[in-house]
Amino acid sequence: MDVYLPIANLSVNGLVIVGLGALTGLLSGMFGVGGGFLTTPLLIFYGVPPTVAAASAASQVTGASVSGAFAHARRNGIDYHIGAVLVFGGIIGTGIGALLFRVLQSLGQIDTVINILYVLLLGGIGGLMAHESITTLKAQRSGAPLPARKRRHHPLVASLPLRWRFYRSGLYISPLAPLLLGIFTGVLTMLMGIGGGFILVPAMLYILGMGVNVVVGTSLFQILFVTMATTMMHALTTKAVDIVLAVLLLIGSVSGAQVGAKFAQKVKPEQLRLILAVVVLLVAMRMALGLGYRPDEIYTVVPL
Amino acid sequence: MSAFATGGVLRWMLEGLLGGLALMLLTGARDPILVPEISQHQIEVRQGFTGADLLLFGAILTPEGARAAQDYDIVVVLEGPLKSIVLREKKKVAGMWINADSTEFRSAPSFFAIASSRPIDKMVDDKTAAIYELGLKWLQLSPIGVIDPKAQTRFSSGLVDLMHRQGMYQQNDGAVTISGQVLYQARFELPSSVQTGRYTAETFAIHDGKVVASAMTRVDVTKQGFERFVALAAQTRSLLYGLFAVVMSVAMGWLAGRLFALV
Repeated sequence: MDVYLPIANLSVNGLVIVGLGALTGLLSGMFGVGGGFLTTPLLIFYGVPPTVAAASAASQVTGASVSGAFAHARRNGIDYHIGAVLVFGGIIGTGIGALLFRVLQSLGQIDTVINILYVLLLGGIGGLMAHESITTLKAQRSGAPLPARKRRHHPLVASLPLRWRFYRSGLYISPLAPLLLGIFTGVLTMLMGIGGGFILVPAMLYILGMGVNVVVGTSLFQILFVTMATTMMHALTTKAVDIVLAVLLLIGSVSGAQVGAKFAQKVKPEQLRLILAVVVLLVAMRMALGLGYRPDEIYTVVPL
Repeated sequence: MSAFATGGVLRWMLEGLLGGLALMLLTGARDPILVPEISQHQIEVRQGFTGADLLLFGAILTPEGARAAQDYDIVVVLEGPLKSIVLREKKKVAGMWINADSTEFRSAPSFFAIASSRPIDKMVDDKTAAIYELGLKWLQLSPIGVIDPKAQTRFSSGLVDLMHRQGMYQQNDGAVTISGQVLYQARFELPSSVQTGRYTAETFAIHDGKVVASAMTRVDVTKQGFERFVALAAQTRSLLYGLFAVVMSVAMGWLAGRLFALV
């Protein structure tokens, strides 16, 4: 099924794009991450211009996180208070990201920076997740109980001035911490076309020290609004949102997300996390190869 | 010295004129005229566009309109709109491949395809090929700024190689067929990623190492219908366009949630 993408200026196989959306949707349903980290590089690999890929993947992440966010809202799994701070930071972040995007683009280093970010973030987070799930699985097999992790926020967070109470998360911390976290993920969303869920979730757990029951819901809540802001930002600045591409991705990802959510209930969370870790590490390795071993192309053309 | 040089040029011109006259008297050969035509003057990029097949054909005639009845070589060049581009070059710096060097070209064709009735280097010498841009290696890309010729050649061949692999630059020796010394035809394949704009198709008749006639036709590649609407909306109504994209993605996500809740 040939579909012409009017903004990417390219004809693609529509079924491949829907399948790609379904794959990332499956991930997002299973793990509560947006799946943008997989969509953007795969689209680029398929021949879609990088900017169009990042811009259109953002709207796909919006779609995939909507139903998840609703589901968590229904069972009271969102801390709206901290979520609002995160979203506020995230929107500032997309603005900063748009500026950075422009500067890096004119310097000609945008793809290098995106690649380095992918390798560092995906490699780091993927490694952490793999390590953690393997130790958990080993402990389960040997029967020895794991030492319980103390839930507390990072000492750096405690040193920030001004403290607010976030009742739903059971936290009494400076709002600057979630604000900075929001800004950081906002910048990444704009630059990399990812939702940032796989950074937000561990950061909320280990840096902010939020409770497990509100982490995924609040992360989805933030992703939902920040990707909406990103889509708008791209539409206004890079004008690279391809609506046809977005629809194809959405068809796949919204249904994939539903299937993934069902599937997630049947598998042990540690195994789930290990699978996600492997996927994340594979993407990071692919990126590292392009950066360190051999790039796909030596020459790249950009309009003057 | 200068008078001597002028004299040399004059003599050369005179000799050429006399030689040409003598040749015409001997063989009765005059420059032929070309009547080019193209299978489609308008290519519409609509939904489902996967590229286009263009047939460029025409006749080689004498000025009186009779069959030329002489062996000419034919070269057909299809060229897309010119673009100003930056070409970046990756180099390994501190173990990482990063964009280390770049150059700007003022007139890089977004599409360039050349077909000929036999290998071009067998028809004309390098000078003529360079003047008429007959061949990918003779593309005049107009680099901006002063860069040394060596780097310029490196960048140019890098660009040509990249575009060639993307199907945007093509060279096909022997792709022009000539039948009965009068009709020629060549087929071109435009990939789906072609730029919109005005394309020119130029035909050259070559005889005895010289370009003896040329003629031009045009093709317009335009987005039509829904594709045109989307491209225009994204550019001119970006706020509405962005809002629509956001609303649509939220609606689709929500709808999927509701539908699957029923299952």
